[in-house]
Amino acid sequence: MTDTLADKAAGATPKRVVRKIRGLSDRAIAWIFVAPTIFLLLAINIFPLIWTIQLSFTNFRANRLTREPEFIGLRNYERILTDSDIWLNMQATAHFLFWTIALQVLIGFTLAWLINKKFKGNDLWTTIIVLPMMLSPAVVGNFWKFLYQPQIGLFNYIVAFFTGKEPSSFEMLGSVQLAPWSIVIVDTWMWTPFVMLICLAGLRSIPDYIYEAAEVDRASKLRQFFTITIPMVLPFLMLAVLFRGIENFKMFDLVVQLTGGGPGSTTELTSINLKREAFEKWRTGYASAYAIILFVTVFGLASIYVKALNKVKER
Amino acid sequence: MKKVTSAAVGAALITSVSVPTMAMAEDLTLCWAAWDPANALVELSKEFEAQSGHTMNFEFIPWPNFADRMLNELNSGGKLCDLLIGDSQWIGGGAENGHYVKLNDFFDTEGISMDDFAPATVYAYSTWPKGTPNYYALPAMGDANGWFYRKDWFSDPEIQAAFKEATGRDLGEPKTQREMLEIAQFFQGREIDGKTVYGASIFTERGSEGITMGVTSALYPWGFKYENTPGSYDMEGAVNSPEAVEALEFYKEFYETATPPGYTNSYMGESLDAFKSGQVAMAMNWFAFFPGLYADPATGGDKIDFFVNPPQNQAGSTLGGQGISVVAYSDKQDAALEYIKWFADPEVQAKWWELGGYSAHNSVLNDPGFKDSAPFAGDFLEAMGAVQDFWQEPAYAELLLAMQKRIHDYVVADQGTAQEALDKLIEDWTETFEDEGKL
Amino acid sequence: MSAFSITEPSQRSKWVAGSLVIVYALITMIPLAWIMLTGFKSPSDAISYPPKVVFEPTLEGYVNLFTTRTRQTQDFLDANPPQNWADEIVREYDMVIVGPSKFGERFLNSVIIGFGSTFLSIFLGTLAAYAFSRFKIPLADDLLFFILSTRMMPPIAVAIPIFLMYRNLGLSDTHLGMILLYTAVNISLAVWLLKGFIDEIPREYEEAALIDGYTRFQAFYKVVLPQAATGIASTAIFCLIFAWNEYAFAVLLTSATAQTAPPFIPTIIGVGGLDWPAVAAGATIFLLPVMIFTILLRKHLLRGITFGAVRK
Repeated sequence: MTDTLADKAAGATPKRVVRKIRGLSDRAIAWIFVAPTIFLLLAINIFPLIWTIQLSFTNFRANRLTREPEFIGLRNYERILTDSDIWLNMQATAHFLFWTIALQVLIGFTLAWLINKKFKGNDLWTTIIVLPMMLSPAVVGNFWKFLYQPQIGLFNYIVAFFTGKEPSSFEMLGSVQLAPWSIVIVDTWMWTPFVMLICLAGLRSIPDYIYEAAEVDRASKLRQFFTITIPMVLPFLMLAVLFRGIENFKMFDLVVQLTGGGPGSTTELTSINLKREAFEKWRTGYASAYAIILFVTVFGLASIYVKALNKVKER
Repeated sequence: MKKVTSAAVGAALITSVSVPTMAMAEDLTLCWAAWDPANALVELSKEFEAQSGHTMNFEFIPWPNFADRMLNELNSGGKLCDLLIGDSQWIGGGAENGHYVKLNDFFDTEGISMDDFAPATVYAYSTWPKGTPNYYALPAMGDANGWFYRKDWFSDPEIQAAFKEATGRDLGEPKTQREMLEIAQFFQGREIDGKTVYGASIFTERGSEGITMGVTSALYPWGFKYENTPGSYDMEGAVNSPEAVEALEFYKEFYETATPPGYTNSYMGESLDAFKSGQVAMAMNWFAFFPGLYADPATGGDKIDFFVNPPQNQAGSTLGGQGISVVAYSDKQDAALEYIKWFADPEVQAKWWELGGYSAHNSVLNDPGFKDSAPFAGDFLEAMGAVQDFWQEPAYAELLLAMQKRIHDYVVADQGTAQEALDKLIEDWTETFEDEGKL
Repeated sequence: MSAFSITEPSQRSKWVAGSLVIVYALITMIPLAWIMLTGFKSPSDAISYPPKVVFEPTLEGYVNLFTTRTRQTQDFLDANPPQNWADEIVREYDMVIVGPSKFGERFLNSVIIGFGSTFLSIFLGTLAAYAFSRFKIPLADDLLFFILSTRMMPPIAVAIPIFLMYRNLGLSDTHLGMILLYTAVNISLAVWLLKGFIDEIPREYEEAALIDGYTRFQAFYKVVLPQAATGIASTAIFCLIFAWNEYAFAVLLTSATAQTAPPFIPTIIGVGGLDWPAVAAGATIFLLPVMIFTILLRKHLLRGITFGAVRK
């Protein structure tokens, strides 16, 4: 959507004007302006990525400089892909991804739909709702750990207040059944506003005349909702899902602070596991292969998804 | 990257050689964990500053991050710390990867003898390879995992009567692990002063070393061994011996039936919190915290008493504690060595104990008045007589993380059996030793 | 829209929608309110059961946050009367204040690294965005996509070589290293957002300036930059918030010199365990600026969080 705009604008510039510039040519300026950014990204993103690929074929350990690393081919990849523990980490990640996205879409869309009723003061309340998502996940996650304490924590106390259970009768972070949900709850609390904002933009992009026409055709409100509202908001919603998906696949800080991957390994998402391999066990080569596998997964899934998104947009 | 590091080491060596022994006022930084004894060390070091003219700076890192941060620092060849009071398990890596300065020559020239320190501490904190006279640290802080309890509850006649009725025994400091569990189960869920209280808080932390340090306090008394013969890396039948399985099952039972709810990821801090907030009758923790606990206005004084980790098949306590080392990347090694020389002095060691640090010096420990100098002093001596430590291999972090995972998966997340957990642990450890070329 | 429009929701549905949203907003605020309250509790009130909503406020948490304290003997305490109100608070625990804590330093690091990387991101980003917006650059779309895709990488995945690289270059645990790193992460956002803002500025302004004899550079900084000021400001705030909140790289690459507040706050310990009031006090001080920025930013929020893909 951006390139067409730029092209149009470029086409509008008269040749006469372009030629009139003194000093550096536009082409030179363009390169001078773009080069530092590209250089920085090459140095801090692309070069490391290539280095990671290279390391992933070795048994290098960054804490053993006296030992010469050996080239071991695909051994690291083989080890990772056949390790049942890592598949469990992947499952935990999938559970986290699925439920955070599902809940955030559901609640976020509902909220946007309600806010779009344009009640008095909706701007103010929207701003308040948005606050959590701008905050530091590590600091917030750390504090939620406190809220989740049985007995002394506010969360258990509130749940107990409404259900009549003992506050100490359940452990959000400590029980194998509840811990995966405890991280879903905090992530949903933080990021629902994100989905909400995007949905709200989608709802506001629907011109009134479409509804007016439907009204003239005597379509019921429910029918309008499914034939107008949902399809028009869908591209926005899909965009929100893309962002949340990529972000949550990378999830590290919030969950590390909340559960540290426990109990056992029930909330050990792949990035947490990767961090352990790379910076606690110092199996640098192995962890590099792991990183590449994760990167390829995100990139692959995201590309497929973007294709689907574009199809929806074209409709 | 190798070039850079060797250059750094070279530079460090050159400076240490070329700078004559002439006393130059230096700014020294000592790194340690952030806990009560560290504050005592700050006090103690003021004397060194006055005497030597050097200035001491301190970098204290909270326990959960201590190992991560410090090993990261050493592995990046950082010059932050001139002196490091590093955990006992780091000695292998510190020595083999050249992070620590070897101290033998220095000890010889300065007349510091390792015979003046408690043998268990020298073995654990100073030597690599284990038990050989190659010293990379001076024992700085002796420590072991011990227990403390609510003396006021234990001596309450009503509670005593209820205990007698429930178990047929008299309520007192437990003499075995099983007795301890029985007492903890007795207190679990009991109403005391209108509040529900629980048995004991134990270590269950997943992220660093917590649950391993906790579970070994059960494993060692049952007779757990890492290898069939020391140095053989032959673990089958040792690590997963029937005694080990029983001890692990015991720890899980303890966790499930006698600990407060929510203590699923708890280590030193949580254990202290549980005790100080009056939630538990007993708690496990390092001796290092005992002076602070004894001084606590709410639950200290005559409300608290201490006992050594109870035996089962044999006596055994999990070793904590640290030695003080000179970091090889430091530019101020001479001044750092001066500090160690000062610290090794018997008089300084005596003051160290007085301020709340656990000296490992024989002159302090063998002093006839030592046992009565604090309510936990005798327990400390007893514990140090039967301590065992985790692997101290250069690959210790990997070995530790494997154990953290397997034990936490079994004890807290309730997956599989104790036998399976230990069998898997042997697999993990075998893989690590194979990667290391030791198997 | 007129009040008679058939698409205008009825008063009743407005009222229902409004109440539901307000209920949600209030619930969502509870954790934040609790953080702020806890900062004013005493350690024993903070861990009391049941949780205390009404309590006697104290500044103990803030005192503990900003100071280091040691326990002293009764003789020493008697001989040295408290110096000020803060000292008086810690005397209750037989302690004295011996100096400032590390929090001030860590907070300052957050400020230096946050502003440094924001400045650099905006500087480089504005140049690149202007070039992408105004000039024909070969493979512009591919380059733009490349810039965006760098944001998809899990931080931990590139952290390994960055750790090795920084170790060799001596950039580990330095402000410069962290500034460069956060700039690299933020620049994709800066370029994408700023390109959108600059695209919206009519070209006629520059063209008029060029005809008046301005050079390209002059036209850029005398005409385009002032026009893009709002866009640049809001982009800057987004970059700042990211750098401010970042945790994964900070925890791996910094220790004593350049550590920022996020890895530090969760590790504030008191005597023995975690000092929750001090943690809460630190969190409050750390989160408040972001809350204020969010309120200032609200008009551009959507654009910022979607890399300019949704502009409203």
